[in-house]
Amino acid sequence: MASLPGAVAHATTRSPKKPLRWRDLLTPWLWVGLAMFFVLVFLIYPVLNTIWYSLFSFDSSSFVGLKNYFQIFTSPQLLLVLRNNVLWLILATAGTVLLGLITAVLVDRVKIESAAKAAIFIPMAISFVGASVIWLFMYAYAPKGAPQIGLLNAILARFGAGPVAWIQQTSINNFALMVIYIWMWTGFCMVILSAALKSVPSDVLEAARVDGASEVQVFFRIITPMISPTIAVVVTTMLINVLKIFDIIYVMTGGNFNTNVVALAYYQEYFNFSENGIADALAVVLLIAVVPIMVVNLKRFRAQEAVR
Amino acid sequence: MADVRFEHVYKRYGENPPVITDLNLHIEDHEFLVLVGPSGCGKSTALRMIAGLEEISDGTLYIGDRAVNDVAPKDRDIAMVFQNYALYPHMSVFDNMAFSLKLRGTPKEVIATRVNRAADMLGITDYLPRKPKALSGGQRQRVALGRALVREPKVFLLDEPLSNLDAKLRVATRTEIARLHQTTKTTFVYVTHDQVEAMTMGDRIAVLNAGLIQQLGSPQELYDHPSNLFVAGFIGSPAMDFFDGTVKRASEGATATIGSRTLTLAGQSAAAASNAASSGERKVIIGIRPEDFHIASENDPNTLLGTVDVVEHLGNEQLIYMQSEGIHATEHAEVKGLTARIGPDVILRHGEKVAVGCDPTRVHFFDAESGKRL
Repeated sequence: MASLPGAVAHATTRSPKKPLRWRDLLTPWLWVGLAMFFVLVFLIYPVLNTIWYSLFSFDSSSFVGLKNYFQIFTSPQLLLVLRNNVLWLILATAGTVLLGLITAVLVDRVKIESAAKAAIFIPMAISFVGASVIWLFMYAYAPKGAPQIGLLNAILARFGAGPVAWIQQTSINNFALMVIYIWMWTGFCMVILSAALKSVPSDVLEAARVDGASEVQVFFRIITPMISPTIAVVVTTMLINVLKIFDIIYVMTGGNFNTNVVALAYYQEYFNFSENGIADALAVVLLIAVVPIMVVNLKRFRAQEAVR
Repeated sequence: MADVRFEHVYKRYGENPPVITDLNLHIEDHEFLVLVGPSGCGKSTALRMIAGLEEISDGTLYIGDRAVNDVAPKDRDIAMVFQNYALYPHMSVFDNMAFSLKLRGTPKEVIATRVNRAADMLGITDYLPRKPKALSGGQRQRVALGRALVREPKVFLLDEPLSNLDAKLRVATRTEIARLHQTTKTTFVYVTHDQVEAMTMGDRIAVLNAGLIQQLGSPQELYDHPSNLFVAGFIGSPAMDFFDGTVKRASEGATATIGSRTLTLAGQSAAAASNAASSGERKVIIGIRPEDFHIASENDPNTLLGTVDVVEHLGNEQLIYMQSEGIHATEHAEVKGLTARIGPDVILRHGEKVAVGCDPTRVHFFDAESGKRL
């Protein structure tokens, strides 16, 4: 929409000698009109509506001001939800992008590249719920002495250790859940970063080697800066993705054992506890958290367009 | 400062025939050596072997006294200029040039001095803060040269550095590289497919074809005494004319017969021909450079006859492409027929019949089978 005045200017400058006509003024609006209609009805209106209702009580009957927000930022339970989301945001994003980058570099140097890539990418094709069910079996726990049907605990039992209650033990369960996410999304990061790696011309790398750079220096001083725009895209995509994380936690723990996150808490407040006000306030918090990422993304996108 | 020696070097890819076969080449210290040949002849592979970017399948490569087969590129102390410049796009021109010195931990002041001196030498001081993207092709090529220059390396490697520049810039940069060689007094190895570049720049030229050195020598040696058909056809522009013919000893010296015409030879050509025909008349391939032809009188028996096909005026000279019955250009010739390079004064038209004579001392003979010089 920001480009609309520009579009009008463009339409008029195209025929500078002709007088300004209604047609010239209307044409651009005709093009963007339909898109704007859908954006307004399905995006802008619900957002404003949600913000408005986040200022009301549990049944949306009485205006309570910022009370819902106070509750989010004071209730220990909801603070834990926010903490978990921050943990996810940092660790799951870093995990997927770093592992994706490492695997992209590694598969680039093996003969079975496409097979290796396919193997790493396949978890992407599984739904969050399906993947979570698979990992329920990986993490399954039975008391010591009982037969362990969980893969990890079975391995531990073989060495006389464990068992570990992977998804109940609050010191590790959040990380155990992140592993599932990282397992699923590393392939996605790898595929995109691998394409970027291949776009780095080989003679530039050779020039660096002749210039005296070791392979590690080539990676950090030549390859990484050259593919940094792609890394930024992958990081922002992952950040937004992680911010909305819901399914894995819903299936694995239902938000219990200190693993709850904003999206799931919103769902529970709204549908289980009928706390409409709190739920809407949580949705707004999530929205506000996304905004800075989007701003950075847009700025970088504009900067790139300007260079072009 | 160092010399480079190839000793029985081979390069193979898998089971295919080797790309480079038994390469023996001693590039002297301070020398400007040009590796020239058609694409796929192995010249770039040889250069990349010196750089360490290509493994050596067999044999030994020395830089100075050190065998470098297993030395990584970064430890060879060589600098290379790439065909597509290969500048680091995310670094400014200054950083591009300073990169190798930074990696070596050179003090900042020294880096600044050396980069500025190199930039000054190449006239790129104004561009130092810019990114490569903001430069033209010629400017980028000079940055690439500068990047190699600040290193003060033992050996300079240049891989077709001029092929992406336009014709005018190519000539200017050619001179610039020759000047750099004179001022730096370093060993230069220069790869090109352009024989003009090779002739103008090299102290010595190694002509490669199909992974084998065809001839190694000074530009003048290559031009005057090409050792085989390939070198004769490759060096010189337009290329040497080749004809199937015979040579025979005569009462004084020797004669060469092309079709129905017989040329009386003199000087070293006569000596070579009579040597070749020591056991009677012999079938050979006769080579004559276009610049050794001149327009002669039709009554002169010592000429070749032909019909003018195309005339190209170059201002100071003209190139005459002729078709000629009875003259059979060999399968080795790029252009069938006869090409003559003559002064601008004669006016010739398409279809005109002319007689061309040639310098009787500058006729070359090659064995009809092996293509070797006789």
